[in-house]
Amino acid sequence: MTKALKLRFNRKQLCIPYAAFLILFVICPLLVIIYYAFTNSTGQFTFDNLVQFFTNDNTLGTLLYSVAIAVVTTLICLVIAYPVAYILARSKFKKKYVLLMLFVLPMWINFTLRITALKEILTAIESNIAAYPFLNTVIGMTYDFMPFMILPLYTSLSKLDKSLTEAAEDLGANGFTVFMRVILPLSVPGIISGVTMVLLPSMTNYVVLDMLYNSTYIMGSLIGSYFATYDWNNGSMISLILLIIIFIITLATNRFNDSGEAEGRTIL
Amino acid sequence: MSDTNTIIELKNVCKSFDDTIAVENFNLSVQKGEFVTFLGPSGCGKTTTLRMIAGFDLPTSGQILLNGEDISNLPPNKRPVNTVFQRYALFPHLNVYENIAFGLRLKKTEYTATDKKGNTVVKKGRLTRRDIDEKVKHVLDIVDLEGFEKRSVSTLSGGQQQRVAIARAIVNEPEILLLDEPLGALDLKMRKEMQIELKEMHRRLGITFIYVTHDQEEALTMSDKIVVINDGEIQQIGSPTDIYNEPINTFVADFIGESNIFNGMMTGKLKVKFCGAEFDCLDDYEINQYVDVVVRPEDIIICKPGEGQLKGKVLSTVFKGVHYEITVEVGRFELVIQSTAYAAPDSVIGMRIEPDGIHIMEKVYTENKYDGVITKNNTVKFGDGEFECDVTQLYPGSHLDEEGYLITASGEKIDLTDVEVTAEVGFADITMSDEKDAGGVDGSIISMIYKGDHYRYIVRTEENEEDYVLACPDLWNIGDKVSLIIPSDKIKLTLKPAAGEKK
Repeated sequence: MTKALKLRFNRKQLCIPYAAFLILFVICPLLVIIYYAFTNSTGQFTFDNLVQFFTNDNTLGTLLYSVAIAVVTTLICLVIAYPVAYILARSKFKKKYVLLMLFVLPMWINFTLRITALKEILTAIESNIAAYPFLNTVIGMTYDFMPFMILPLYTSLSKLDKSLTEAAEDLGANGFTVFMRVILPLSVPGIISGVTMVLLPSMTNYVVLDMLYNSTYIMGSLIGSYFATYDWNNGSMISLILLIIIFIITLATNRFNDSGEAEGRTIL
Repeated sequence: MSDTNTIIELKNVCKSFDDTIAVENFNLSVQKGEFVTFLGPSGCGKTTTLRMIAGFDLPTSGQILLNGEDISNLPPNKRPVNTVFQRYALFPHLNVYENIAFGLRLKKTEYTATDKKGNTVVKKGRLTRRDIDEKVKHVLDIVDLEGFEKRSVSTLSGGQQQRVAIARAIVNEPEILLLDEPLGALDLKMRKEMQIELKEMHRRLGITFIYVTHDQEEALTMSDKIVVINDGEIQQIGSPTDIYNEPINTFVADFIGESNIFNGMMTGKLKVKFCGAEFDCLDDYEINQYVDVVVRPEDIIICKPGEGQLKGKVLSTVFKGVHYEITVEVGRFELVIQSTAYAAPDSVIGMRIEPDGIHIMEKVYTENKYDGVITKNNTVKFGDGEFECDVTQLYPGSHLDEEGYLITASGEKIDLTDVEVTAEVGFADITMSDEKDAGGVDGSIISMIYKGDHYRYIVRTEENEEDYVLACPDLWNIGDKVSLIIPSDKIKLTLKPAAGEKK
């Protein structure tokens, strides 16, 4: 009796909830976006939205501004995070995960709360924070995304075998050469995943801009502004273009990750 | 003092990490072109010593001289030595060629060139691409990996990675090649092949090899000189034959090859008694001196019962390919014999040992002797522990009064608190218990040697690393945590001269 009542799942069936979720909230919306992107307000098929995006100075300017913010944020994150991750990974301190947690701790605090606090600090320093929109946005983004850079770097640096750096020293390399020719190339997978995790969200996260009184649009806010005026078609096209950009970047970085360590040297 | 043939000399080198001493008072000089092996059990300090020569660890005190120059504090990249690492440590992001060329690309060499005025000048510069190509090709040829230049190191087998690691080191033409258990990760057959190849490479290259291993057979096969290390200290330095035939103490005898070790006593000029029989021997010690006797299993010759010095019953016979390993019971002792002759189990055989098969050595440990102090409660504290003891033995004819004060024979009252004494305990008087805190002190077993009818153990305490030597017929394991029980009447106390005046 009990045997018959017992529910038996095979592994594939365990995927059903996720598959349902995926279809309902990812694939369907995507199809809707594609539909809107290639139609006009009367529902007829058109390429106008696409042409509009690449001919309008306003949208192109936004794209450039987004890329600029994202690239600068990512670079600053990388420059600050690398030494921290390196020192943490190399330290002999037994409780180093406590230190690591301190760097990741801000992630546990509510996002708006953090940015509000940052706003207060920046106001205290600059008095009129609206005067430096680009700078403040970069500071805000860097503050927000730093842990996403530290963690993958820390992981890849702590995996690095100490005997490799010793071998390099043994073969005549000084500290700088050891870093350039062994440590840096071997941490490329960490750099790539860190960059991916910071670059992509910082192109679209317009909440930071809004809260820091930056009135310039980035990609995220541009989409928001179209949707706010019920212009589903243009908004969808921009979303689609952004999606393709992200897709291309991910594809490119994945290629580095796959051939990973062997490719490390050639791109540096 | 350093003659021209000495390439590296270690003088009183010590190394400690935090509280633990890894290497103690290491003195060694290595000749140019020698194949020297550091041999010892794991954790004995052999790798630490190698790392100090390479420059990865700096000695706490002492000097390392290379060609007479002090290099003790030089960083590894400034030393003309190269290392083959235990796990190879090949760079995974570089191919075979780039791994080997790594050192060459960093190297600056002197070359002669002609300047504008036509004078020849010595210039320093990096090696040219062609030079590097040539050298890499040459070492790949030496290690038998021609044509592997473009291969990624992760696609190579263990043995091939090993060869790349060796090639990467020797391509720099180091004055000394350091090898840290390089064959440890290979399977037996591969290891044997590589041993022969390494030895051949050493012969061809003519550079000094310093080799670290815990495998005694490997050490005997390859070395010109073996340095046996235990517990951070050199036990014996010598050629493989010296070390095998004339071990200096029971540790070396036990570690190198198989051996029967017994307690013995000198009974006359060149005569020693052990296993209940008297033997002629070649080592001259004082009469009545207690000694350790080592007999190699292959030096015991089986003969008819009644002949030879010993007679015993065969307990077991195991066929080992070339020989039989025969365990024999002689009285309460157990002997192991390796012989090509067969002896049936349960049969009675006679055994003969020739004088040159008997190795006699002075006992390293003759007693447990510690500095101690008497506590308030008339117990004694020594060797990291506190024990009940009989304090009346300090003054003949004395006794204790009700308050615990000592009354001497003449009626004098003495407070013994904090009086310094010397405490002695016999080997057989200490018993071990696996119950924590059962005895006066806890420690772990760091050494054990079978002596025919009992084991000799050394137990080391954690706090101050005090050693207790004890004899026990039961089998324990190295690393076992034990508590040591010493009966109060077995602790022999004597007053220290200075303490005797304190009243």
